[in-house]
Amino acid sequence: MIQLEDVWRIFRVGEGEVHALKRVSLTIKRGEHVALVGPSGSGKSTLLHIVGCLDRPTKGRYLLEGREVGTLSEEERSLIRRHRIGFVFQFFHLLPRLSALANVELPMLFAGTPPEERRERAAQTLKAVGLSHRATHRPDQLSGGERQRVAIARAVVMDPAVLLADEPTGNLDRASAGEVMELIERMNARGLTLVVVTHDPAIAERAKRVIRMDDGELVGGSA
Amino acid sequence: MRFWDLLAFAAGALRGHRLRTALSVTGVAVGISAVVALTALGEGARRYVVDQFAALGSNLLVVLPGKVETTGGPPFGGVTHDLTLDDYRAIARLQRVRRSAPLAVATDTVHFKDRGRAVPVLGTTADFAAVRRLAIGSGKFLPPGDPDQGGSEIVLGVTVAQELFRNENPLGQIVRVGPWRFRVVGVLAPRGRSLTFNMDDLVLIPVRTAMRVFNRSSLFRILVDVRMRDEMSLTRRDVEKLMAERHRVEDVTVITQDALLSAFSSILNALTLALVGIASVSLAVAGVGIMNVMLVSVTERRAEIGLLKALGAQDRQVLAAFLAEAVLLATGGGVAGLALGAGAIRAFVGIYPNFPASPPLWAVAAALALSFAVGVGFGVWPARRATRLDPVAALAKR
Ligand SMILES: Nc1ncnc2c1ncn2[C@@H]1O[C@H](COP(=O)(O)OP(=O)(O)OP(=O)(O)O)[C@@H](O)[C@H]1O
Ligand SMILES: [Mg+2]
Repeated sequence: MIQLEDVWRIFRVGEGEVHALKRVSLTIKRGEHVALVGPSGSGKSTLLHIVGCLDRPTKGRYLLEGREVGTLSEEERSLIRRHRIGFVFQFFHLLPRLSALANVELPMLFAGTPPEERRERAAQTLKAVGLSHRATHRPDQLSGGERQRVAIARAVVMDPAVLLADEPTGNLDRASAGEVMELIERMNARGLTLVVVTHDPAIAERAKRVIRMDDGELVGGSA
Repeated sequence: MRFWDLLAFAAGALRGHRLRTALSVTGVAVGISAVVALTALGEGARRYVVDQFAALGSNLLVVLPGKVETTGGPPFGGVTHDLTLDDYRAIARLQRVRRSAPLAVATDTVHFKDRGRAVPVLGTTADFAAVRRLAIGSGKFLPPGDPDQGGSEIVLGVTVAQELFRNENPLGQIVRVGPWRFRVVGVLAPRGRSLTFNMDDLVLIPVRTAMRVFNRSSLFRILVDVRMRDEMSLTRRDVEKLMAERHRVEDVTVITQDALLSAFSSILNALTLALVGIASVSLAVAGVGIMNVMLVSVTERRAEIGLLKALGAQDRQVLAAFLAEAVLLATGGGVAGLALGAGAIRAFVGIYPNFPASPPLWAVAAALALSFAVGVGFGVWPARRATRLDPVAALAKR
C-alpha cells in the first residue's frame, strides 16, 4: 500500500543542507496501524508529508497503492490527496468561520459533490464521530477534543485509504486523547490504514507496529 | 468545484472581515460612481449642445467678418472690410438661400419709467424670427420691409418684459434705450438659453436703427437660412465667392452649423474622456486597495490555504477561490458605485433640471465590466501567491 525505497529529503537552508530524511525504506500494508515515534526534529512530520503527497522526496521512490506518486503532476497529486488520503493535525486546522458541518463538507466542496449529497454525507460522518448535536457550532464553540473529532470526520468523509495524523492528541487532555484514539482505531478496524505520529508512549503502545526515527533515519528493524 | 459553491465560499471568507470588505467595496464604489457620474455629465453636456444646435435651426450658416484661418500675411495690410447691409442684401438674393438676417449687437440699458435693465440689444430684420425659429408670445415681431428704413419698434424677451412691466401690458408702451425711444410691438415666447444669447433676456430692434444707436457701420453677423439641407456646403461656397467678389479679398468666415457642432462634439468628447480618465485613476487606486486587502488576506490565511491543499483543492481551485473574492469585492463595489452614481446624477438633475444628465447605457455596462476587470486584474497576483504557497510550510504553526 505504502512503499518507500531509499527516500531522502534534503532541505536547502542558506548555504547548508539539512538532511531531514536519509535512506528511508519502508513498507506499510493496507489496514495497518503504525505509530511513528522519535525525538523532536527526527523527521517524523517530513516523512508524513511525503507519504501524504504534500511534499516530494529529494531522492528515492515512493509508491502509493502501486503507483509512483513522487513524479506525478501537482494536479494529480491534489486528486490523490482528495480521494486517497486524510490528514489530521495537532492544531486541528478547522476554518473558524464555518460550522462543524461545513468544515466536514469542505473536501466535498472542492470535489464538486452536489450540495444535498454533501450535507447528507457530512451529517452522517459527524454522527459517526458522535457530534451530531454540534453540527451547527463553530470551532470556537467546541472543546479541543470535539474539534479534533470534527477534523477526523473531515479527514475521512471522502472515504480515503490512508489516515495520516501528526500528533493528533498533542493538544488534548488525557480523556479527550483517549476518545480521539478510540475513534480512529475504530476506523482502522474497518480497514483504514493508519499512521500516527506521537510523542506519547501510551499512544504509541496502542499501535500494532511502532516505527522509530532518529536524525532522519529509521532505527532498528522497524522497516 | 461548483460555481455557486465557489461564490459562497468566497463570500463567506469576505464576511469574516466585514470592515475590511466594506472599506475596499467603498473604494471601488467611489471610483465607479465617479466614472458613471462624470460620463453622464460629459454625455449630458454633449447632448445639451446638440439640442441647442437643433434649436438654432439646422440649415444655418453664419457669416462673420475676418478670416479665421489666416495663412500667410494678412492681405492689404490686414484691412478687413466691414460686413454691411448691402452684403446682407446680396447674400439674401442668392439662389440657394431661403432667407437671411443681419445682426448688430451691443449691450445697453432698456428703461421703462424708473425701471431699467441692461441687456443685449440685437438689431436685425423681420426674417430673424424665422431664421432662429423664434416664436412670438404676444404682439408681433419686427415689421418686414426695407432694412435701411430703420424704425422705432422693439420686441422684448419675456424676462425683460416681466422685469420692466411687471403686471402691465407692455404692448404699445414706450421704452427708452439711451436717448432713443421705442414702441413695444411684441414679446417673445419663453425660449431659454441658446448657445449664443439668452433669448428671454434681450431686446430686438430694426437693424438700421441699431447701427445708428450703437454708432456702428459694421454688422456683427449675417445669418443665412439655406433652402436645402444637402446644399449647405454649396451655399457656403456661394457665399464665400460672393463676398470675395464684393470685398475683392477673402475676408469673411462662413461657419456651417455642422462644423461648429463637430468642433463642439470633439471638444466635449475629449472632455468626457478626460473626466473618465480622472475617474479611472480613482478606480485604479481602488484596485490597488483590493490587491492590498487580498495580499493581507493571503498572508493571514496561509494555514487555510495549506489546509485546502491538504484536503485536495487543486491550485486552480485555490486560485479561483481567491480570485472570486477579489471579483466579489470589485463587482460589489461596482454595483454600489452605480447606485451612488445614479444618486449623484439625480441630485445634479434636481439642481439643474434643464441639463439632460443621464448615464449612457454603455457607461453602465462599461462600469460593471470595469469593476469586474479591476477585480480580476488586481486579484490575480495575490491569488497566484496563494496557489504558490507550499502547503507544508503554510500548515506549520509558527
Ligand atoms: N522547510 C524546511 N526547511 C529546512 N529545514 C526543515 C524544513 N522542514 C523541516 N526541516 C528540518 O528537518 C528536520 C526534521 O523536521 P520534522 O519537522 O520532520 O521533525 P519532527 O520529527 O516532526 O519534529 P517534531 O517532533 O518537533 O515535530 C528538522 O531538523 C527540521 O529543522
Ligand atoms: Mg513534527
